[in-house]
Amino acid sequence: MTTTTLLKADGISRYYGSHRAVDNVSFEIKKGEVLGFLGPNGAGKSTTMKILSGNLSPNTGEITINGFDLLSQPKQAKAHIGYLPEQPPLYKELTVIEFLRFCSQINNINPSKRSQAVDSVIERCGLTDVSNRLIANLSKGYQQRVGIAQAIIHTPAVVILDEPTSGLDPIQIREIRQLIRDIATEHSVILSTHILPEVQMLCDRVQIINQGQLVFTDTIAALSQYMQVSNLFVTLTNPPNISTLQQLEGVLSAEQLSSNRFRLHYHPDHNPTENLLNKAVSLQWKLTELSPEHHSLEDVFMNIIQHESSAKPESM
Amino acid sequence: MFSLARNELYRLFLSPLAWLILALSTLILAYLFLTHIDNFVQIQAKISAIPGAPGVTELIIVPLFSNTATILLLITPLITMRLIAEERRNDSLPLLLSAPLSIYQIAFGKFFGTLGFFIILLALICLMALSLSIGSAIDYGVITAGLLGLVLLVASFSAIGLYLSSLTKQPAIAAMTTFSGLFLLWIIDWAGTNQMAGESSGLFNWLSLLRHFETLLQGEVNSSDIAYYLIIISLFLTLTIRHLDSERLN
Repeated sequence: MTTTTLLKADGISRYYGSHRAVDNVSFEIKKGEVLGFLGPNGAGKSTTMKILSGNLSPNTGEITINGFDLLSQPKQAKAHIGYLPEQPPLYKELTVIEFLRFCSQINNINPSKRSQAVDSVIERCGLTDVSNRLIANLSKGYQQRVGIAQAIIHTPAVVILDEPTSGLDPIQIREIRQLIRDIATEHSVILSTHILPEVQMLCDRVQIINQGQLVFTDTIAALSQYMQVSNLFVTLTNPPNISTLQQLEGVLSAEQLSSNRFRLHYHPDHNPTENLLNKAVSLQWKLTELSPEHHSLEDVFMNIIQHESSAKPESM
Repeated sequence: MFSLARNELYRLFLSPLAWLILALSTLILAYLFLTHIDNFVQIQAKISAIPGAPGVTELIIVPLFSNTATILLLITPLITMRLIAEERRNDSLPLLLSAPLSIYQIAFGKFFGTLGFFIILLALICLMALSLSIGSAIDYGVITAGLLGLVLLVASFSAIGLYLSSLTKQPAIAAMTTFSGLFLLWIIDWAGTNQMAGESSGLFNWLSLLRHFETLLQGEVNSSDIAYYLIIISLFLTLTIRHLDSERLN
């Protein structure tokens, strides 16, 4: 089975003065894929998104969208992308339906199909109830939906979403994520974010960008490996002596965090969970918490970046 | 391009600013129109005996159009300031930049949208002038030339305003620079004519927006005047396109 490459970025770099915001980034996205673009703030995510959407020109490099070169055939290429910047680009004095009608016009949708496109996008993005309200009066979550509607109205091959959930409340975030998942069934999506769980939840593949450079490109499963830590948090109401815990099979070291909470570091090949559970029951330690430690995004970054810098000298 | 122009015009009329400007400038011009009529009625008896004396067109409509030009000078910056500066401030510019539109379509769309607004204003004023035809014979040739002059004048104002609006993020700065720029081009021939008799500077005279308008207002349609306005319009539209383009690069 062959999957077509919809978007291909080849060696793109972008300087702001002497500052290198994006440094020789290459990647591609295939049909039906959701690609997560992960990175701390200021890593060059938004710049990359702007370049991919044609809002900024790269200083070097090429971008091909559905076979069209973004720099030499911008019109044809842009017809195949939908872009939602960090700030949704909305004319707030228009109603939702007026705004989307305008978007259908500037995106060269065939006049006879415009109203159909507007109707279907309103339904897909759950905007039916607010379609006649002014965008300025909508909540941020709904404004974000209008922004997404604007990006998918012309059924582009690739949808680029730049931090679509920033500044929303938890319920709105959940709704927007659901919407992104729906969109992903019909379009390829590039999603930039600094929220790790979002990537795990939505994406097939993830790329981590740091200081303008891609430091990691792999599947979600591979990312999870980076996140695996061989630590367990244990809370026992009736704890034994710490040395008892240290002597459990597989445990390399134990650390007391409070009077009854411990962190156990174990050998990756030898998970002591089962052993610990048995002991806790038979010796009546009264286990109340047992959880594997998760790396925060920062830790993963540090891990990956350290991994990169230690791997480089060897390869040279 | 036309949907862009239509959208621009539509959004303009959603703001109270456009209505206010339309209402107030019509009010002021109507007042001036009445004073011109009043003056005319007073002197009518004296000049009626003179053969070839100026008529209604020369004494009412031409001054009215000339006042209109001054009013346009004052209101154009208020209309053009928001064209691109406000889009930039509201972060809505990416909508146009990532749509399959070329920069020239964006610039032309905005330009024609603004021009549409001014044509509505000019139509109202034109109706005022034409109302005189009920009671008197008027010279349609002069009116047409004057209207052509006004349209060209306001088109050049808009092109200059559009360019200056594309340079900044602050509508107020765009308005201020546009007003200064227009005013300078308005009075630039003063430097030329204030010199000793006959020794006027050709370049400054030629640059003046007003100078070329005056001949049109007298009913004289010279291709050189029309060319002047077309040069100004295309120059500033090109500058806008170039500036928006270079923004993506730098």
